[in-house]
Amino acid sequence: MHGNTEGKPILEVRDLTVEYDTGGGRPVVAVDSVDLDVHAGEFVGVVGESGCGKSTLLFAIAQLLSPPAAITGGSVHFQGQDLVAMNEKKLAALRWRDYSVVMQSAMNALNPVKSIGSQFKDAIMAHNEPVSDERPAEVMRLVGIDPIHLKSYPHQLSGGMRQRAMIAMALLFTPDLIIMDEPTSALDVVAQRSLMVQIKELQQRLGFAVLFVTHDMSLISHFSDQLVVMYAGQVVEFGATRAVFDEPAHPYSKGLLDAFPSIRGPKQPLTGIPGSPPNLADPPSGCRFHPRCPVAFADCPKIEPELYPVGAVQARCLLHAPGRSQPAEPAREVTS
Amino acid sequence: MSAIVAGTATPAPSASRRPRGGLFRAILHNRKAMLGAGLLILFCLLAAFPHLFVPWLHGDPQAIGDLPLQQPSSKHWLGTTGLGQDVYAELIYSTRESLIIAVVAGLGATILSVIIGVSAAYLGGAADNLLSMMTDIFLVLPTFPLIIVLATYAGKGNLTVIIVVLILTGWSYGARQMRAQALSLRNRDFLESARVRGERRSYIIVVEVLPTMISLIVANFLGAALYAVLTAAGLQFLGLGDPNSLSWGTMLYWAQNQGALVNGLRAWALAPGLAVALLGVSFALLNYAFDEISNPALRPVRRRRARQH
Amino acid sequence: MTDLDTESTAPAVQDSVASTAPLLETRKLTRHFKVGRGLSRKLLHAVDDIDLTIDRQEIVALAGESGSGKSTIARLLAGVYHPTSGEIFYQGRPVSAMRSRREQLAYRGDVPMVFQDPFSSLNPAFRVSHGILRSLKLHRPELSRAQRFEEAERVVEAVGLSPAGDIMHRYPYELSGGQRQRIGFAQALAHKPKLILADEPVSMLDVSIRIGLLNLMSELRRTEGVSFLYITHDIASARYVADRLMIMYAGHIVESGPAESVLADPKHPYTDLLLGAVPDPRAPLSVAVEGDTGEPPKVIDPTPGCRFRWRCPLVVDECHTTTPALRLLGTKHEAACHVAEPDAETVSTGE
Repeated sequence: MHGNTEGKPILEVRDLTVEYDTGGGRPVVAVDSVDLDVHAGEFVGVVGESGCGKSTLLFAIAQLLSPPAAITGGSVHFQGQDLVAMNEKKLAALRWRDYSVVMQSAMNALNPVKSIGSQFKDAIMAHNEPVSDERPAEVMRLVGIDPIHLKSYPHQLSGGMRQRAMIAMALLFTPDLIIMDEPTSALDVVAQRSLMVQIKELQQRLGFAVLFVTHDMSLISHFSDQLVVMYAGQVVEFGATRAVFDEPAHPYSKGLLDAFPSIRGPKQPLTGIPGSPPNLADPPSGCRFHPRCPVAFADCPKIEPELYPVGAVQARCLLHAPGRSQPAEPAREVTS
Repeated sequence: MSAIVAGTATPAPSASRRPRGGLFRAILHNRKAMLGAGLLILFCLLAAFPHLFVPWLHGDPQAIGDLPLQQPSSKHWLGTTGLGQDVYAELIYSTRESLIIAVVAGLGATILSVIIGVSAAYLGGAADNLLSMMTDIFLVLPTFPLIIVLATYAGKGNLTVIIVVLILTGWSYGARQMRAQALSLRNRDFLESARVRGERRSYIIVVEVLPTMISLIVANFLGAALYAVLTAAGLQFLGLGDPNSLSWGTMLYWAQNQGALVNGLRAWALAPGLAVALLGVSFALLNYAFDEISNPALRPVRRRRARQH
Repeated sequence: MTDLDTESTAPAVQDSVASTAPLLETRKLTRHFKVGRGLSRKLLHAVDDIDLTIDRQEIVALAGESGSGKSTIARLLAGVYHPTSGEIFYQGRPVSAMRSRREQLAYRGDVPMVFQDPFSSLNPAFRVSHGILRSLKLHRPELSRAQRFEEAERVVEAVGLSPAGDIMHRYPYELSGGQRQRIGFAQALAHKPKLILADEPVSMLDVSIRIGLLNLMSELRRTEGVSFLYITHDIASARYVADRLMIMYAGHIVESGPAESVLADPKHPYTDLLLGAVPDPRAPLSVAVEGDTGEPPKVIDPTPGCRFRWRCPLVVDECHTTTPALRLLGTKHEAACHVAEPDAETVSTGE
């Protein structure tokens, strides 16, 4: 599809671990040894439900974590440089120029008492660039907003327009990577759809890579090149998006896909996934998904699975461990 | 629209309220709470059992003695007053009145602010406008001159008068906060749920709303008690209290009156003021601590260096 | 239409007697809000001229985007707002005629509401049994204290939470979002209701948990004989659980009919737009709706005419002058559009 997956990735996350200090007692491991690659021009989606660690992962990559959360292991190499080891000064030079961040709720991210245009100018000035009206107007046009709205305040714009304004701001220096944290979750389905289409178009036109975090798997399915599925702080499956959708190898991905009722085709009864995500302060032994897994077997509570290649994807499931025979029968009934 | 309720950044289930039985433990873990509680307990003991701290005293702590205006000595730990009274004994025995003022006036002001604030929020409309206007008027009135005027004309020297005056001038600040909090709660789903199931308005206010405002009410009480302690001392210092009463403010009055500082009697001049300040500090510390306990986001964070593997 | 004389108002435990009146019906239900400051007389038209019916043991979905007015309808039916004009008929009787506290309580008992946000719908200061026990006290006064506890346990079990005794003793923060929503349903069930108003009950839950609650709604319809008004912005879930589907736009119902008919053969251009925008992982991306970046309008002091006309690809002159009314275009399938084509059968049999 799109993106140059042969070249060296512009973002290489290796073994990234984020812990929360709970003040006495074991720290909570919110992100556990995550590996992630983003190539130039690639659209990578990270999906998962509440508490899976996807937002924490994003903040960690963007170096935006604050106490009690802290990166306790691993590295984040962006264009060859390790962001974790950098000091604030060097990070500040990189931020917005080479990578930028779009937050979940524009109303929370935009300053309500300043006009959109003046916020854009702030960003430009922060990087010691000459301030003109040219660039802000240009990026607004890129996202489909009339530049006259540079004079508007955030509350005067609709939700969809605000999100576009956020994206415009992220594009000010045409970064190589834009990190997005659920930018569409506050929007209605029509606005969501058109924003995603817009992002994809811009990506193809300007060539930046996107790292997109969301809980909405069906939305991301049409737009991402690579898909990463997270559960309980770990990556449980990743691969080309269509490969993950057409043949999900991990029981959680499968369960998640099956939990979306369809508006076309025959109406089928669905079951979802019983139970709830684990408490990360005390995760289940072995495979973290085993208490809710419909095909768990005897080894699952005992052995922690690695990511094993399964066809075109990789999955963290003992069913696909090399050299392991298929289980005879499931260990026990899963109750909700 | 619908923001999926992610565990924001905290993976643990949202425990935004402290565990019920854990209040005691929470206090033990919080330094400010321990200090504030410790001080307050000390003052309560002083107020309840003053004779334990002045064991050699038989009779009236204000008994006039033979040696006026003495410096601190082994016999009189903080020296004596112009009438030969033992400053230390007076100090200890004054705790009771000061504490009573703090608690009674604080409680009174808090109750009044809860009633007016919450009613304004829930009655809405004209009643709200009226109550809010009243609150604003009281808030804006210059309190100290008002207090002086009221105290002078309402019967100088009467403790009850002082307490009433403190309540009347102390309720308005809290009332605004109560109203704001009650208003913000008004649209919480559990209150709408109570309305929809048919509960009466009075029930909703008393049973559903107030328990969720406990933090604010307690914080308010601590603030009001602090205000009462300081202002009462001020009033008594100005001579508007009963000059024969046993309280720190009155001690300050007499110290001023008889030129304690001029005569180099620093202990007598400073001790009552310090006592007032300490009592105030204990309320203030408890106030901060209470905030921190009920709102984990305010807790001081111990920064740890990230371990590099 | 309704036969006002034959309806009894006493809430029957098992309503097995077929009657001619629908369980709930609204006629020209309207609600406006004043907006703007001071002397400005602007009116926000949250909902206008709503005619809808809900029958016994039926799940009706009301779908629309934010600002369409669907939550306002829920609150009108729950009695939180009073209608600006129009009427709600419950079992044939107008709700505005229920003046006494007893009658109002009876209506609230029959028509409870489940709220959207599991994290604020339960009072954090009390155990989760609190709301259930209060509901029982208010609406089933014939029960003794012990019976109330038993019944509370029964409804907690009925919504799939087990062991009931343990769950009832917990505080809200000890339960997950899905569990809290089930408690919300349990509270509604404690009323022995006829119709549960569910205002986006699964929107704030994780995807894998939603299905469980949607299945619960179907099951409750079967086992407890209760109807649901399921309000949502997610058409796919509406299809999954509902018998009938109503689409709202800018305060009007623009299409209404059996869920399968509306989805298979949408008559209103807005429904078309909505369906095209719904992402379906199993289907390839449809490209029909690229150009539309619009969002539903806030309707302030509207002029007559179809409110969708600014975004409609099929707009004609009439759309600007006359507000379309719902008309029958298929079997029980209505749409409010001047341009929509009726089904062949409907044309020949007349409307």
